[in-house]
Amino acid sequence: MNIIETEQKLREISELALKLAKKQGASSAELSLNKGAGFSVEIHKGNVDKLEYNRDQGLSLTVYMGQHQGSATTGDLSPQAIEDTVKAACNIAKFTGEDEYTGLADADLMATQIGDLDLYHPWDLDTAQAIDLAKNCEQIARDFDARIVNSDGSSISTYSGIGLMSNSHGFTGVIPSSRHSISCSVIGQEPGKEDMQRDYWYSSSRLNEKLESVEAIAKKAAERTLKRLNAQQLSTRQANVLYSPEMARSIVSHFTSAIAGGAQYRKSTFLLDTIDKKVFPDFIHLHEQPHISQAFGSRYFDREGVATKDRDIVADGIVQDYIMNSYSARQLGLKTTANAGGIHNLTLDSTGQDFQELLKMLGTGFLVTELIGSGVNSMTGDYSRGAAGFWIENGEVQFPVDEVTIAANLKDMFKNIVAVGNDVDYRGGTRTGSILIEGLTIAGS
Amino acid sequence: MTCFLFRSSLTASESNKKMVTYMTQSILQQSKQHLLDPAGITESQLDQVFSYMQGADLADLYFQSTRFESWMLEEGIIKNGSYSIDKGVGVRMVIGEQTGFAYSDEITFDSLSALAKAASAIGKSGQTAKVKAWQAREKNNIKQLYATDSPLASMTEDEKIALLNLADKEARAASPYVQQVIANIAGVHEHILVADNEGNLSADIRPLVRMNITVIVEKDGKRESAGTGGGGRFGFDYFTQADRIREYANEAVRLALVNLEAVAAPAGSQTVVLGSGWPGVLLHEAIGHGLEGDFNRKGTSAFSGRIGEKVAAKGVTVVDNGTLDNRRGSLSIDDEGTPTNCTTLIEDGILKGYMHDKLNARLMGVESTGNGRRESYDHLPMPRMTNTYMLAGEQDPQEIIASVEKGLYAVNFGGGQVDITSGKFVFAASEAYLIENGKVTRPVKGATLIGNGPDVLTKVSMIGNDLKLDTGVGVCGKAGQSVPVGVGQPTLKIDGLTVGGTEVQG
Repeated sequence: MNIIETEQKLREISELALKLAKKQGASSAELSLNKGAGFSVEIHKGNVDKLEYNRDQGLSLTVYMGQHQGSATTGDLSPQAIEDTVKAACNIAKFTGEDEYTGLADADLMATQIGDLDLYHPWDLDTAQAIDLAKNCEQIARDFDARIVNSDGSSISTYSGIGLMSNSHGFTGVIPSSRHSISCSVIGQEPGKEDMQRDYWYSSSRLNEKLESVEAIAKKAAERTLKRLNAQQLSTRQANVLYSPEMARSIVSHFTSAIAGGAQYRKSTFLLDTIDKKVFPDFIHLHEQPHISQAFGSRYFDREGVATKDRDIVADGIVQDYIMNSYSARQLGLKTTANAGGIHNLTLDSTGQDFQELLKMLGTGFLVTELIGSGVNSMTGDYSRGAAGFWIENGEVQFPVDEVTIAANLKDMFKNIVAVGNDVDYRGGTRTGSILIEGLTIAGS
Repeated sequence: MTCFLFRSSLTASESNKKMVTYMTQSILQQSKQHLLDPAGITESQLDQVFSYMQGADLADLYFQSTRFESWMLEEGIIKNGSYSIDKGVGVRMVIGEQTGFAYSDEITFDSLSALAKAASAIGKSGQTAKVKAWQAREKNNIKQLYATDSPLASMTEDEKIALLNLADKEARAASPYVQQVIANIAGVHEHILVADNEGNLSADIRPLVRMNITVIVEKDGKRESAGTGGGGRFGFDYFTQADRIREYANEAVRLALVNLEAVAAPAGSQTVVLGSGWPGVLLHEAIGHGLEGDFNRKGTSAFSGRIGEKVAAKGVTVVDNGTLDNRRGSLSIDDEGTPTNCTTLIEDGILKGYMHDKLNARLMGVESTGNGRRESYDHLPMPRMTNTYMLAGEQDPQEIIASVEKGLYAVNFGGGQVDITSGKFVFAASEAYLIENGKVTRPVKGATLIGNGPDVLTKVSMIGNDLKLDTGVGVCGKAGQSVPVGVGQPTLKIDGLTVGGTEVQG
């Protein structure tokens, strides 16, 4: 894919779509376009299980006729399809109701300084090389220990593309980006036993040079699987819980969902009207940093073209502002926080302890390394999820645990956070270390 | 791998009674006209495309076009609607266990040729080519499970909007505590055409609609929310029949009000009675995914190699049935062109069979069960469930509840998830009550139930005579692909399932 030509082509499509929208009677319009390509290989027991070529493109358009809104999307970017899509969106706007809060974000909020976030680094990798790399990764994990009896697949994927956002204020922003990943998942079993356990590890980055080595990924996957063998159920009890960094991210996300503008104006949240309220202990600081070079959530502008900026979401345990686009902000009588389309890199500051220190702080309790199910009631904050991990006594691992649930109310869980580790997982848009929370109920045998 | 199921539905529904029709010449002709004719693609050109994939154990071209429309109401206003068109072709070549796959949104002979060459990169290991000319064999004798009319055209825009306004009105009329009503409808009309390397040419035209109503209630400073809905393979007019919208609205409001009164759920292992219908999510998670052919061919499922073994109590029979008229999970043919079946998974407690697509069936030396499904042309087919349910037993549901001294009666659920390899699964109750001395008493807060797939059904001690299927809003996720599915079961008593409440029993 030639990135310069592609950008030019997307700009032309964008201009055409906005022009057609105006012609169809739209008073304003906004759109996003994307085009990209890549491939993935998946290896199972030394064989290529799947080799998939990906090629994606699409237009997503919203038009406004006064205070009436209509949307349409298409995967076909031919001039005829663009015209049909514009007409479809305009047709819908004729039937939607008048909504005083709808419309583009204010023109004076549009991003004007758009720097280079260094997000675009295509990987010069052919499929044969990718196959070798993934085979190698899987082989190392399978050879790691005799108790690794099977593989759930090792894979490599690479994708690069370009996204464009524009609107009838005259804003156009372009984001070229790439994403590569290597993953490995293996299955362990003790000799003579039926019980199998699976675990995995993966690395992902915008730069292939920054991926962990296949050796490191394979070793972590195998070690994680082996540690889970002979897992036991716990008896039902109250316990303190340490969430590993990969799982701790979900605690942050339950909080951000609860302070999302949509949840606030619909009153569908257990944290209603919480600006300036204390939700966490004093030492909790959560902030958004949209301009980190090479990070997954980095953006100079959101989906509405609004300029993003560094901001505190929680300071000294107190909620500073919600997570809003222009629509939910108008509903709430507030100002957009440039979160149309999502959050741009969240960091939960560490309280300074490393993982070993957190285990000592936990003393006796449950280290959670996997969660399943979606048992969170967003209206009440009631929390109940399936969990697996390790039982800890005197700061040391005693045995692996599975088939239990952990439950509490999120409001209490937020208040009862005791520490945030410095063992940060950088693989996603939320950066946090392990989180130690007191007073959950474990249900088991 | 873990797989999950979503939902938001509740009440009883019957599928529309339609006359049985057979896939006529016209379905195949309509699909060809729609997918091949615009680019002037001929059968001899398809022949040429397959010639790039000689040596394939399995190869297919999957042409698809989808039209989707949705409308959303909130705060009494039709806030937005959306329309989308997607069209493309996926080309797959399989040699042994290896699959090569490429797709494009461009349906032209040139793009097909390029895709076939890309997909065949998998086979660059010197296989000898089977020299056999591809010749189209049109498959026409397939039982058609739904009408082919576009649900999008089944009503005018004003009529579709009227459905949402009615939902709003009914929900607000149901209780003075209703603060917010969010209602949406969505419809899809899909044409598919599958050409495989054996020369089969199969087509399907699929309608699918759904409606969801979510309400937020507030009483004495406490707020709760609940949702219901339904749908299936027919037009939007389904929602105008039998007072359906009022039923959905009343049910959503009832459920939200019940939860306002809920007390903390008990924690730990207890006797659980599951209601009929949507609680069949248990079967989907606990055993359904574990019986999909891909996991078993690879030996990664907790059920691998266990055919013929006892995995459930006597009297437990579970099927996956893609042949029910008009159901959300039903398909006349799967996405590989195989007619769907009613596949017995467990019969009287004994594990009978897995669900297969063509690839896994061939590698395991059996026939495809018609479970090869894919989210769209840009995804590979995999073994997936259709409508999965347990057959009825003989017990009166009231007797089942009366038999429990102390336990939980769980009648509605959110979603569920399963770890295929360990067999551990969860499903989250959203409406549940305590059973005390054989009587249903107080409502308890939602809680996650957790168990082990291979042995949970061995603990089934009573099976109700009230088999019911869900109302038609299930979405199953596996390996990044979502497909519509159905579930169902009669009332069931399970002796010992872990309930993830907060209340530790003294």
